[in-house]
Amino acid sequence: MSFDSFSDFLAMDGHGLYVWMSYAIAVVLFVINVVSPVMRRKQLVSELIRRMRREKNAS
Amino acid sequence: MAEKKKWMPRWFYQLASPRWSYEIMGKLLPWFAVAAASLLAVGAVWALLFAPADYQQGNSFRIIYIHVPSAILAQSCYMLMAVAGAIGLIWKMKVADMVAKSCAPVGATMAILALATGAIWGKPTWGSWWVWDARLTSMLILLFLYLGVIALNSAMESEATAAQATAVLALVGLVNIPIIKYSVDWWNTLHQPATFTLTERPAMPAEMWMPLLVMVIGFYCFFAVSLMMRTRNEILHRERRASWVRELIEKQ
Repeated sequence: MSFDSFSDFLAMDGHGLYVWMSYAIAVVLFVINVVSPVMRRKQLVSELIRRMRREKNAS
Repeated sequence: MAEKKKWMPRWFYQLASPRWSYEIMGKLLPWFAVAAASLLAVGAVWALLFAPADYQQGNSFRIIYIHVPSAILAQSCYMLMAVAGAIGLIWKMKVADMVAKSCAPVGATMAILALATGAIWGKPTWGSWWVWDARLTSMLILLFLYLGVIALNSAMESEATAAQATAVLALVGLVNIPIIKYSVDWWNTLHQPATFTLTERPAMPAEMWMPLLVMVIGFYCFFAVSLMMRTRNEILHRERRASWVRELIEKQ
């Protein structure tokens, strides 16, 4: 363990802002990279269901 | 009837089938997701809590555990995009086109992450958010190449033409990859040389580079997860008139 206390861990010897900002940006970009394909899949599936229902009603 | 000579392994031809690719990716996805989540969690805790602080840079050095993996991924993803684009051009393989298209948004976010963490790290270390250094500039060009590929792909009406045009752009832009790699050797630069090389031991102690290696592998697994999810979406969209897609939707 490189830190003596939790406040030491947050402060990172005065570099806390830089370190935590980097990790926060990484988390945001990772979440975007998972959420956007999941949303796209939901949208695609509901579009397909609607189209198939329309075709069933037309015939 | 003589069978046509097959030059490539069997899976290469199976990859040409959107249905087979969709199913195999569906089977691989959970494994890669578990691997990515555990490697990234272990790597991040190790990097933030247990890796020793650098004797010159102190704790700002911990940014390396995000910066280096994202920079490696941004370049690997670009190479995959160009290779998949070339396969699509040469063999007219639709799935390869879809993989190439799906690479661009993931790679762009990795390039943004590498540039952003580099800028944040540069502030306490070099005293400046940005310098027009060869490594930084070539990395910025990589981001613009990704954005160009995304824009060009969405600008074209026909999917086949869009795939061809973006594959050509990606292949031309491939020249940037060795420039990024060797920029620290060819020009005088503030940027430090590569941490990992295939031929030499890392210049840092094991307790520093081991979490980095875990993070790099975790980033690769995460990239695989995002790429497979996007490619599966792309397959669903383009094969929406195929009977197997309809059966799949009906089952839901």
